[in-house]
Amino acid sequence: MLPDQLVFAMEVTLNGLMAGVMYALVALGFVLIFKASGIFNYAQGVLALFAALTLVGLQNGQIPFAHLINAAFGTDLHSFGWTLPAALAIALTALVMVGLAWAIERLILKHLVNQEPIILFMATIGLAYFLEGLGDVMWGADIKTLDVGLPQGISEGIEAVTAEWFGYGFFIDRLDIVATLVAAALVAALTLFSQYTKYGRALRAVADDHQAALSVGISLRFVWVLVWSIAGFVALIAGIMWGAKSGVQFSLSLIALKALPVLMLGGFTSIPGAIVGGLIIGMGEKLFEFFAGPLIGGATENWFAYVLALLFLVFRPQGLFGERIIERV
Amino acid sequence: MNALDVTMDETGADERRIGGVLMEMKNITLRFGGVKAITDISFDIREGEIRAIIGPNGAGKSSMLNVISGFYVPQEGEVWFRGKRRPQMKPYEVAQQGIARTFQNIALFEGMSVLDNIMTGRLTLMKTGLWSQALWWGRAQAEEVEHRAKVERIIDFLEIQHIRKTPVGRLPYGLKKRVELARALATEPKLLLLDEPMAGMNVEEKEDMCRFILDTNDEFGTTIALIEHDMGVVMDLSDRVVVMDYGKKIGDGTPDEIRSNKAVIDAYLGVQHD
Ligand SMILES: Nc1ncnc2c1ncn2[C@@H]1O[C@H](COP(=O)(O)OP(=O)(O)O)[C@@H](O)[C@H]1O
Ligand SMILES: [Mg+2]
Repeated sequence: MLPDQLVFAMEVTLNGLMAGVMYALVALGFVLIFKASGIFNYAQGVLALFAALTLVGLQNGQIPFAHLINAAFGTDLHSFGWTLPAALAIALTALVMVGLAWAIERLILKHLVNQEPIILFMATIGLAYFLEGLGDVMWGADIKTLDVGLPQGISEGIEAVTAEWFGYGFFIDRLDIVATLVAAALVAALTLFSQYTKYGRALRAVADDHQAALSVGISLRFVWVLVWSIAGFVALIAGIMWGAKSGVQFSLSLIALKALPVLMLGGFTSIPGAIVGGLIIGMGEKLFEFFAGPLIGGATENWFAYVLALLFLVFRPQGLFGERIIERV
Repeated sequence: MNALDVTMDETGADERRIGGVLMEMKNITLRFGGVKAITDISFDIREGEIRAIIGPNGAGKSSMLNVISGFYVPQEGEVWFRGKRRPQMKPYEVAQQGIARTFQNIALFEGMSVLDNIMTGRLTLMKTGLWSQALWWGRAQAEEVEHRAKVERIIDFLEIQHIRKTPVGRLPYGLKKRVELARALATEPKLLLLDEPMAGMNVEEKEDMCRFILDTNDEFGTTIALIEHDMGVVMDLSDRVVVMDYGKKIGDGTPDEIRSNKAVIDAYLGVQHD
């Protein structure tokens, strides 16, 4: 038998890793866009929120802009009166995210080609608030439950097995296990896509050198729509997982803030970095709370990730996997 | 028609292959703010020829190549390609029309291997779309193999087998230039634009590059426009030469005509260049 403290720590570690999967998913969306276009997309978290809102709305047959329409015309509309199967609603939402990517390229990025990164960053801040407002007006501000049939509750199997091994049954959320598997599948699919399809190759080419990409006939604008679509799809997955866990609410966009320390750890251009960084932050903050929380008054999860990121900034500014930048003189 | 399938014997090396006008620049003027990089220049490029653009540093040679490849948009003038006036185009559209290029300051995908770099030249020639790539793995596979075979032939042709898998970022300068040429060739261009393909090379590397340029022209029938500083090289390689100075055209003709052109001699003696 292992000492109690160690067994608890193992459970905390597992839970932390699974929380980290969420951070990793959001960070992944960031990295994709940053690599391909050098844009730091502040709106990535809001994309996840918007995707989740749209998914719930479509699934429940909510009429978009119902409030607005009712207020303007004195009607009393709420619902189309249908309930879509989860798979269909997810597919439709994915299409909406592609449309959104197209619109973002058309209405914003196209006009800001060759601008300073800070300008593009400001544009994505604007986009974030716009999308948050749009989500609110389209689907309403109330907290919604998202049910796409993912398993819920504590996994009894794991509880039983660990009880047998350690004399103590681990509480692991089934949803966390599913989220981990889905995230792993997503990363595998993205890797296959970028290594073996022509669009994936075009994407890598654009991420590496714009001029060279143009010279072999790759349209930068097409690649940007593509990469924002993929980021939108990743946001949808993140939105589903988070929404299924804690309901679809506007605080969802705040997970974007946790992705920031993840990126500082993993490096802004590394996909493995985003994954590993997310896992480290998720695990780190849970373990720190477990061991140090009681000593220093708790609530360490609010700040631990940022302090860890700060330490990284001081000692390894390029992140875990980023390449060391040596100034040419 | 596949240029790479043409073998040496089909096009006799001696039988010169120059045809009609492929590309015509008409009264091109290009300004950057107050700086006039190109002033009212006209010239043409004939099918199958090697056309050199020479001139001192800052004469506007690279700017001219950038106009042809769509990277710069001239304020005045017309670009005619294959007998049609070309509307304003994005660089990637120009590339898809069959105009490939290399850059004076090398633009490669530093993070990819030599092979992957050259494969990007095939991207717009690949037909299978995203869904069929996902669903019809077999067909996509067959296409991939086909493109790989073409790329391998270019690798053999440019004698870079030994660095196929090397990340481009690790290569010495001379080999990078060669990989850039390979990538341009992989697009099977009608017109190939080379911006100082031999700059910064040693004598041996220059000789190799000269040979590759001549062989490309010979074997694939590719029309080539190149910028070069080394007068000896230019005289050996090119069929016709455009001479630029301070954004103006000061000479146009065969190497022999250029050699005895007074304005050209003055420009070259009067201006320091490397
Ligand atoms: N992108 C640019 N922006 C501003 N000026 C430019 C740009 N490209 C070229 N120029 C200017 O145009 C002139 C011609 O440059 P360039 O075409 O590079 O000459 P060359 O290749 O003959 O050495 C130079 O005065 C150069 O400073
Ligand atoms: Mg130049």
